[in-house]
Amino acid sequence: MYAPRVVTHFERFGLSDEQLRGMLHTMLMQRTLENRGFQLNRQGKIPFASASEGHEAVQAGAAMAFERGRDILVPYYRDLGLDLGIGLTPYEVLLSLFARAADHSGGRQFPHHYASKKLGRFTISSIIAAQTAHAVGAAYAIKLREERGRAVLTTFGDGATSEGEWHEAVNFAAIHKLPVVLLCENNEWAISTPQSKQMAVRDIYKKAAGYGIPGALVDGFDPIACYGAVRAAMQRARSGDGPTLVEAKCYRFLSHTTDDDDRTYRTREEVEERRKDDPVPKFERFLLENAILSSADLEDLRAQVLAEANDATDRAELMPYPLPSDLYAQVHAGPWEPWQ
Amino acid sequence: MAVASPSKVMTNVEAVRSTLYDALKRDDKAVILGEDVGNRGNVFLITKGFIEEFGPERIIDTPIAEASIVGIAVGMAMEGLRPIAEIQFADFIYPAFNQIVGEAAKTRYRSNGEYTCPMVIRTPYGGGVRGALSHSVSVEALFYHVPGLKIVVPSTPRDIKGLLNAAIEDPDPVLFLEHKRTYRLIKDDVPDEYFTIPIGKANITQEGTQLTVVSYGLYAHQSLEAARKLQDENLSVEVIDLRSVRPMDRNAILDSVRKTHKLLIIHEDNKFGGVGAEISAMVAEEALFELDAPIRRLCCPDVPAMGYALPLEEEYMISTDRMAEEMRAMVRF
Repeated sequence: MYAPRVVTHFERFGLSDEQLRGMLHTMLMQRTLENRGFQLNRQGKIPFASASEGHEAVQAGAAMAFERGRDILVPYYRDLGLDLGIGLTPYEVLLSLFARAADHSGGRQFPHHYASKKLGRFTISSIIAAQTAHAVGAAYAIKLREERGRAVLTTFGDGATSEGEWHEAVNFAAIHKLPVVLLCENNEWAISTPQSKQMAVRDIYKKAAGYGIPGALVDGFDPIACYGAVRAAMQRARSGDGPTLVEAKCYRFLSHTTDDDDRTYRTREEVEERRKDDPVPKFERFLLENAILSSADLEDLRAQVLAEANDATDRAELMPYPLPSDLYAQVHAGPWEPWQ
Repeated sequence: MAVASPSKVMTNVEAVRSTLYDALKRDDKAVILGEDVGNRGNVFLITKGFIEEFGPERIIDTPIAEASIVGIAVGMAMEGLRPIAEIQFADFIYPAFNQIVGEAAKTRYRSNGEYTCPMVIRTPYGGGVRGALSHSVSVEALFYHVPGLKIVVPSTPRDIKGLLNAAIEDPDPVLFLEHKRTYRLIKDDVPDEYFTIPIGKANITQEGTQLTVVSYGLYAHQSLEAARKLQDENLSVEVIDLRSVRPMDRNAILDSVRKTHKLLIIHEDNKFGGVGAEISAMVAEEALFELDAPIRRLCCPDVPAMGYALPLEEEYMISTDRMAEEMRAMVRF
C-alpha cells in the first residue's frame, strides 16, 4: 500500500483534485499517443509522425485554462496535448496518424493538423507562424462583435518568433488590445537550430515589452504553474485588457519528427540531463506525494490510457483511406472543374 | 416596354468606392483593412469618408505589414467576418504571398470543408501611369497557378460592381485586381440596384468572324478600340474581355475560336508563363484543328519591370496602333 506523505501546501489556482488527475491523464495520453505514432512509423504502418515529448505539462496546463465552447484554439503542429485537453479523442488522433478518410482533414494533412468548429479548434498549415495572424484576426472578430468573455489561445515554438509574420501579428494584437493569448512553448530547438542561433536573447517573454504588452515566464515542466499563467492571461484577454505573451520553457526530448535524427546536432548527454526533469514522472510523483493519487490509482490510470490508445489504434486502422476521387473535393464551394 | 432601371455614370474608381460602400451598409460583418484606408481614405480616395461613417473598428488602418493584412483577414474570415483586405499597390503584395497561397487558398481544402475563407483581397495593378518599378506591375500570373484562389480582373465600372459584389458574396477567397490606369479613364453607366456578375464569365465586347482577340484589364479597352478601327477596313474581329482569369471562361474562348479560327491574346503582364500561355495551351489541346493560323500572343516584354522614364514606359506598354497592326496581320494570314 502506498502511504501518502504529509500533504504539502501548494498553489493550485483553484484546481480540484479531479482536474489535477485530469491533467495527468492528458499528459499520459499525449505521451502514449506520440510514442504510438513513432511505433507505427517504425512498423511501416504510417509514413510519418512528429514528437511533442517534453511539452506535456505546458499543454495540459494551457488546455485546462481553455473554456470549451467559448474560446478559440489556434495551435501549431506540436500541440497534441492541447488538442486532447480541449476534447479531441484518441480515436481522432489515430485517424489522423493513419490518414484515414474520417480524419478532420480527410487524410490530406500531416498528423495533428485538426480542424473542428465544435471544439473551437482552427485549421492550421505546417507553415511556421502563419497561424499567429489567424489567431489575431479571430480575436479581432471577437472584439468587433463585443463578445466579452471569449478569448483566443494561440501557440507556437521558439522558432516561430523569428518569422516576420509573427512579429506583425503580435504588433497588431497589441495595437488593438485584442483578446488573444500568445503562448510560446520554448523547447530550445528549431529542428536542429538552438535558441542561441535563433536570437540574441535568452527570454522570449521579454520581447513583449517591445510591443507594449505584458510578458510572463513560466516553468513549462510544471502543469499547474502553466495553468495559472495561461489562465491569468486568458482572464485578462476575456475581460478586454488585451494580449499577453506567455513563455513556457520546456524541452523537446525526441527528434523533431520520425524523419529527423537529433543525434546529428545535440549530444545524448544533453538530452539525458534534461530527461531528469521529465514533466510526466515529475507530475506523477507530485500527485502521489500530495495524496491526490494513490499508486493503485496511477496504475489504473496508466492501464486505462494504454487501453484507450490500443482501442483507438485498432478502430482507426480498420477505417478506410480516402478515395482517390476525394482528392478533388473541397477545392472550393461547388463541384471541381479543372478550369477553376 | 421595359422601364430602364435607374443608373449613374461613374468611373472605375467611383464604382469600386460605391460598391464597397454598399457592401459595408448591407452587411455589418464586412470590414475593410489596409494601409491608409481610414483617415486618408485610401491613396486613390476610394474609402474617403468611410471611417467617419462606419467607424475605425470596421475601416482599419493597418501598420505597413502586408503579410498580416492578409493573414489577419484570413482569421477574421474563418471566424465569420467578411474581410475586404486592401494591398495598397499590387507591387506590395509579395510579402503576403504565403498568406494568400499557403493559407487562404487552402483553408477549405486542408480542413476538408470544416473551415472556409470568404475574403476579398483588392489591389490596384498595372502600368501606364508613370509608376516605375514598384507601382506598375501585373501580378495575375503569379497567382493564377493556385487552385483554390479566384482572380478577377474587371475593366469597366459595371463589371467592377457586379464582380466585386460576387467576390464579396463568394464563399472562398478572391483576388480582385483593379487596373489603376482605368480608374479615372473609363466611365460608364452603372445600375443603382444590387447585382452580381458570375466570376469566371467572360464578356464578348464585340462580335466578329475573322479573328478572336482575348484580353482583359486596360487592354480590353485598347483591343476593342483597335478592333473598331479595323471595322472601317472591313475586317471583322471578335473581342473577348475575360473579366476573370481564374476560373477562366474556356467555353467563351473555344466557341469564338471555332467561329473565327484565329486567336490573338493580348495582355500587359509579360509573356513568359503568363495567362496567354495557358489560353494558348488550352486552345491547342481542345481546338487545334479549328485553327487557320498559329496562335499569337501580344504581351509586354520579359523585362523585370517598366521603367520610370517615359521612353522606357512607352516601350514597355502596347499601343492601340500596335494592337491594330497585329490584328490586321493575323486576319490576313
